[in-house]
Amino acid sequence: MTNHWIDLKNSDCILIMGSNAAENHPISFKWVTKAQEKGAKVIHVDPRFTRTSAKSDIYAPLRSGSDIAFLGGLINYILSNDLAFKEYVLNATNASFIVGSDFDFKDGMFSGFDEATHKYDKSKWKFALDEKGVPQRDMTLQNPRCVYQLLKKHYSRYSVKNAVDMTGTPEDKLLEVYKTYAATNKPDRAGTVMYAMGWTQHTVGVQNIRSMSIVQMLLGNMGVAGGGVNALRGESNVQGSTDQALLFHIIPGYMPTPTTAQPAIADYLKLVAPVSNDPKSMNWKKHYPKYAVSLIKSFYKNAEPAVGYDWMPKLDAGQNASWLVLFDEMLKGKFKGFFAWGMNPAVSGANSNKTREGLTKLDWLVNVNIFDNETGSFWQGPGMDPKKIKTEVFMLPCSVSVEKEGSITNSGRWMQWRQQGPKPLGDSRPDGEIMFELAQKVRELYKKEGGVFPEPVLGLNWEDMGGEHGFDVHKTAKLINGYYLKDVEVKQPDGSMKVFKAGTQVAAFPALRDDGSTCSGNWIYCGSYVDSDPAKGNRSAKRSKEQTPAQAAVGLFPNWSWSWPVNRRVIYNRASVDATGKPYAPQKPILAWNGKGWDIDVVDGGGNPGTVHPFIMQQHGMAALYGPGLNDGPFPEYYEPLDCPVSEHPYSKVLHNPTALTFKGEKRAVCDPRFPFVCTTYRVTEHWQTGLMTRYQPWLLEAEPQMFCEMSEELAQLRGIKNGEKVWLENERGKLWAIAIVTKRFKPFIVQGNIVHEVGIPWHFGWRFPKDGGDSANLLSPSVGDPNTGIPETKAFMVNVSKAKKA
Amino acid sequence: MKLSRRGFLKLSAAAALSTAFGGIGFALKPAALDRIAMLKPDWSKQTTTACCYCAVGCGLIVNTALSGAKRAINIEGDPDHPINEGALCAKGASIYQLAEGTPGQPNPRLQKVMYRKPYGTKWEAKSWDWALERIAKNIKRDRDATFVTKNAKGQTVNRCDGLASVGSAAMDNEECWAYQAFLRSLGLVYIEHQARI
Repeated sequence: MTNHWIDLKNSDCILIMGSNAAENHPISFKWVTKAQEKGAKVIHVDPRFTRTSAKSDIYAPLRSGSDIAFLGGLINYILSNDLAFKEYVLNATNASFIVGSDFDFKDGMFSGFDEATHKYDKSKWKFALDEKGVPQRDMTLQNPRCVYQLLKKHYSRYSVKNAVDMTGTPEDKLLEVYKTYAATNKPDRAGTVMYAMGWTQHTVGVQNIRSMSIVQMLLGNMGVAGGGVNALRGESNVQGSTDQALLFHIIPGYMPTPTTAQPAIADYLKLVAPVSNDPKSMNWKKHYPKYAVSLIKSFYKNAEPAVGYDWMPKLDAGQNASWLVLFDEMLKGKFKGFFAWGMNPAVSGANSNKTREGLTKLDWLVNVNIFDNETGSFWQGPGMDPKKIKTEVFMLPCSVSVEKEGSITNSGRWMQWRQQGPKPLGDSRPDGEIMFELAQKVRELYKKEGGVFPEPVLGLNWEDMGGEHGFDVHKTAKLINGYYLKDVEVKQPDGSMKVFKAGTQVAAFPALRDDGSTCSGNWIYCGSYVDSDPAKGNRSAKRSKEQTPAQAAVGLFPNWSWSWPVNRRVIYNRASVDATGKPYAPQKPILAWNGKGWDIDVVDGGGNPGTVHPFIMQQHGMAALYGPGLNDGPFPEYYEPLDCPVSEHPYSKVLHNPTALTFKGEKRAVCDPRFPFVCTTYRVTEHWQTGLMTRYQPWLLEAEPQMFCEMSEELAQLRGIKNGEKVWLENERGKLWAIAIVTKRFKPFIVQGNIVHEVGIPWHFGWRFPKDGGDSANLLSPSVGDPNTGIPETKAFMVNVSKAKKA
Repeated sequence: MKLSRRGFLKLSAAAALSTAFGGIGFALKPAALDRIAMLKPDWSKQTTTACCYCAVGCGLIVNTALSGAKRAINIEGDPDHPINEGALCAKGASIYQLAEGTPGQPNPRLQKVMYRKPYGTKWEAKSWDWALERIAKNIKRDRDATFVTKNAKGQTVNRCDGLASVGSAAMDNEECWAYQAFLRSLGLVYIEHQARI
């Protein structure tokens, strides 16, 4: 989230799309409702009428996977009716930038496509630069090659008729949404969006979100109270685990994983530090070399940074090691050993049969969890013969959250410290203790026996993560913040010199250095643990509600927990003020210039008003209406899901995203009469993710005891299915039973004049427990993914549904 | 026992009476009263936590018994927390049962290290030492066997291609950081978790 949960109350219009917040983030509705009570409009766009729809002022149904038709239509509505917030668009976005002559778009394809690799050459999409290397601009927005005009041209095809034809949304509802949301274009009004996996789990997932980001930029809704683009993260610490980079493509603090294209540290530091010659662009990433070197020193504090860099594993340039690739490689036998640590991939991964078969190819599997699960017990699952499965399996019991101490980061970037209640039950242990002890045993082996490339194994800085008594969560939190490795003398703003002694915690990331004299495990967390005394230094444990009246008015709570970066509660807040530092929304300011400094929130970037472009993480300081960095094009374009009920669409002749992540052998159902119905997946309030942490609780299980399939009355009649009967869902990947819920919540869609039925299934169940609970929805979902993220397309695929024959 | 609605109302009234006169000593004492008494600081330790389910980050208060099994006796929403102001959803309100199971019944959580040998048909209970030593040996054997210092093009990669990991957004920040550092020190590049799916 660019903003945070309480900030929802400041909004004038809340669009919930790709999310069912009322059921899956129930407490968020405390703040949605507060906004609504003050007169805000709440809009829900979703294939199914849910409790979120019931609470909304406007509900608009939409066929799964057609979001870009809907949002592209909204962009067109704003531009063709001249509704953009001009001052904001000119001063905070790249609307005025001139795009280079190599960029082109024709019939669904951008310039630079390579048919052989199915990839674009992104160098074709660059901006035209002036003699200083700064993008050329046209402040009149009239130049046909400026971003604003190209955007207008691109979305001129996104008519209301085309949107209605593809989404199945009734025209009056579509226009009501457009009109209501576009009304947030006034400087003092804010619209926000709440989205979740309903937008990400598509082969156009990133472009779904980009489409809405464009809307937010055009309306001046980014960086303001009650605005922003807000991903509702579904796991308690999935924000933190992403920040700490448990992902193949990044290292902590969102820096890219080193590849063979950066053989030496100098190459890497050059890669991560973009250059801007625009004096008003802060280009914050120019500081990344300090963060990168401090990170390397946190890993290997006794090694020179160049040596520590050499010890870090390198991807082959362009290598994709993301989830779907990982399981594809597993099936081919690439891996000998595999850790499923606090995860249940046999239920959660797309195409479960492929995932489960992959596990049979391993020599060994370590499964760390609170409960026995479908992953650890895969060898005794449906269709498996244990006597033929070689995989050695270790199932290690870990503690639940209330039994351990440490921090987690919520969706609004609040880092919150948790205290230990009871001690771990039975032989269970906190994850940190398990990995610490395991690592010490591996190190002992390397010390005793030697081995291949032992330096990084022996050199890793375990002493700052624990000691004689095992894992030390406070020590690790201090390392993530970072500290001085040597005495460092720093010139202060008043000209005096101040010495920071070795061992002192670093106060904030501007103090990090690229000479190896500081370490920091994650620069965005630098400032979270600033004194070695936990009572003084551990800011995530703060529980004070003290705040100024202006802070209280927008619900900022700056002294409750700590928010990255630097306790800033609303990112890009600089975009909420004009060139004199005056808030665009004087009735709910989050930032204001008092003549000497900034009040309310921690300002993005610093400096006097009007001296800095507001989007400081962008190379040119401007929000990207035109985004030349993505793999599938600088503007979102409409494509159908890879499994879909239509053979063409009105936007171009290109049916699917030409750059989607696909695998040999993955079958697609395109207008396939065997699989005529769209299927989507979702969650219920009483269960969570694969259901592992909810299926074992009778309080929750009795409310939602087994797998079900929601379908419209019309489809039920067509297939002779009655409410409560058992049905089979089936496609080329798998087969799954469910209990039919025949409901008015689903209605057939009219798509290009034809009736398209959609059904929905939850993904909380698995064969292991409870008996007769059903199995994973992902038995049916495809292993194809977004070209930028690799996130699988588990929200829109095709199935058949039929009544189960009586046993 | 079959109860008519009228009979049920009578019973409820009796229960209310017995509660009201509980102090006099002639009524049955419901078990819930004991738990409320145990929430007093004399009998329990009070700690704060944040919910382990979605990422709204609701605050909770945990009361842990200071005597007996020293287990959690109550978990409820934290009324001081600015986001949830004491409220919880159905899942958050069930964290007590996640940790402690259902009173009077065996806790379904994993409480022992379990092991399944290759081609085995059942789980065997093992000690932590046994399991971690064996896993450490597996890691070293297969890391050494599959470590690649240079790729096919002769470029330095210093990575271990034969091991992979997924997980976990269910861990604390400090654990996530330590885990990725451990995996990267072994040379893994196939490091993924919930955020990708």
